[in-house]
Amino acid sequence: MTNSSQDKAPLLDVNCLSVDYGLKGVSLRAIDRVSFALQAGEAVGLVGESGSGKTTTAMAIAGLLSPNARVSSGEVRYRGSRLPIDDDAAMRPHRWCETSVVFQGAMNALNPVHRIIKQIAEPCMLKLGMSRGEATARARELLGLVGIPTDRGSAYPHELSGGMRQRVMIAMALACRPSIVIGDEPTTALDVITQAQILKLLGELRSRLSLALILITHDLSVVAECCDRVMIMYAGRIVEDGTVAEIFAQPKHPYTRLLIESIPNPASGKKMIRPIPGDPPNLVNRPSGCAFHPRCPSAMGVCGTEVPSLDQFGRGRVACHLHRSSRGDKVAVHA
Amino acid sequence: MPDTADILRLESLQVHFPIQRGLFDRVLGRPAGAVRAVDGIDLNIGRGEIVALVGESGSGKTTVGRVITKLAQPTGGRLLFEGRNMTAERGSSALRPYRHRVQMIFQDAYQALNPRHTVFDIVAEPLRSLRLVDNVTQLAERVSKALAAAGLNPAGDFFSRFPHELSGGQRQRVVIAGALAVKPELIIADEPVSMLDVSIRAQILQVLVDLRDKHNMALLFITHDLPLAWLIADRIAVLYLGKLVEIGSADEITFNPRHPYTVALRNATPQIGGNAGRAVLPALQGEVPSAARVPKGCRFHPRCPLTFDRCKKEEPPPIEVGPQHLSACWLAK
Repeated sequence: MTNSSQDKAPLLDVNCLSVDYGLKGVSLRAIDRVSFALQAGEAVGLVGESGSGKTTTAMAIAGLLSPNARVSSGEVRYRGSRLPIDDDAAMRPHRWCETSVVFQGAMNALNPVHRIIKQIAEPCMLKLGMSRGEATARARELLGLVGIPTDRGSAYPHELSGGMRQRVMIAMALACRPSIVIGDEPTTALDVITQAQILKLLGELRSRLSLALILITHDLSVVAECCDRVMIMYAGRIVEDGTVAEIFAQPKHPYTRLLIESIPNPASGKKMIRPIPGDPPNLVNRPSGCAFHPRCPSAMGVCGTEVPSLDQFGRGRVACHLHRSSRGDKVAVHA
Repeated sequence: MPDTADILRLESLQVHFPIQRGLFDRVLGRPAGAVRAVDGIDLNIGRGEIVALVGESGSGKTTVGRVITKLAQPTGGRLLFEGRNMTAERGSSALRPYRHRVQMIFQDAYQALNPRHTVFDIVAEPLRSLRLVDNVTQLAERVSKALAAAGLNPAGDFFSRFPHELSGGQRQRVVIAGALAVKPELIIADEPVSMLDVSIRAQILQVLVDLRDKHNMALLFITHDLPLAWLIADRIAVLYLGKLVEIGSADEITFNPRHPYTVALRNATPQIGGNAGRAVLPALQGEVPSAARVPKGCRFHPRCPLTFDRCKKEEPPPIEVGPQHLSACWLAK
């Protein structure tokens, strides 16, 4: 595994991870040889469209893959030791205590018949072996941390607004003091002003509790606001990885560039609609070679036949044949 | 380009939904409340003009769209189409000519399409029900044209397909084709791209802009996304709790917003790169109040960082702050 920020041992090291889903006897590859490292306290955005594998990647890290998923290659290391990500029972001590998840639909993730204070106290009792009294005290503390008035603890989920429910989800995710929090589209269902409040809260909690944050989203502008680094996924592969500043100023992969250009940006002053041609790839019929080549304006002959590897490029990584000429300092991540 | 005559005009439009009272409330003689979803809106749309209606959930933007398409009945105010009062028109036969000219595109293409109908039947349905064609050949021709205009090429390939065989972007195109088939003069598009992947959004926006450019169609684009509104619209109207707080040209609203709510909305919108003029005002606290309990005075005052005494007592009228730029704020002057 190579990474630009190699100074210290990474908190999380994902190496050549592939996950297949079994579907009616057919096996679909959802993510394909995904490799990256996450440093303690780092905020990484995992960006992609539906079907790009961003959620599968995150769920694999958290050991929450669905039963029909199979890890077909690679491994995930946490603080140097290998995680049993495909063994539900063996993952139990790790899950929630080291890596926790803030899910998208807070209304579906919360139990409608329990008061929120009880739901926040529950992981403390189950995972940390606290007594009911201790857990309730911890839950009160957590409510304060996420900005919910403590007296709202006796409310049921339906009595809270969407933003408040998302705060409850964050409080639950923080209950066991994890080092990594995965946000799976945590603000997608929220209004812009509420979204800004939640993103601000996540940012504050991250620096206060020195959390590493993996933010899964389809919205590049959300990543621009609150991450240090961004990884762009397309058809199950990471196609580009770099710092937020570099990727937005100088995207290397044509997909990244088109994606950035397709977002309306009044600050740019350019009132232009630039559609990306074609449709997102179908996993059943994955295009040969580079999966983006049928939609890519810069596609060459080699793009249709050879899968570009994710190579070191400058301070980031990119998987594109256009950037192969300057091989010099590159190290192939996988054969 | 938009010409001067308005195709649609809303005058003090009001939609209040009554709240059911329990027996207890009735015995005690408590007054019946109402959800003031739309609470007095004045808005005009010119021919060939694209107007964006921007607001958060609960602001009443969808209800406005439903009133215009006659799917909801206003409780006050007037709806004028080409100067003709359509407010009280009811019944499918009386509304047939109107439905021919005003169409709606819904947000969720998964729910808007009948899963058991083919693409051809879906697009042909409005043509059949509005009796706009005489024979099958004509019908096939109109369907084919509508699909092509919505960017589904070659149209014939899609005739016998079912919605589940299409991608999300294609489904939204079928919804658009259904609206286009009758050649309307005004389309109400309710969040037409918010369910779509980013790479597909621009394609759909392009289709909508082409319709305006080629057929001079007017569009009311309902969205919660201010940058998106800037990109597509000529004018932007910002809605808060059932009332327009600001209206003006897309550039004015985006670069020179005068209402504190518009400023807050702009500041909260995550953006790539420069955020000039950001953080002038502190971020908004709290959430949109319920439309059943609209605050007195300026309805934004409990959340407004600039509130002063007058805001709590008197509701500000729209005040002209520039050419065609109105802001309902006491500080706008």
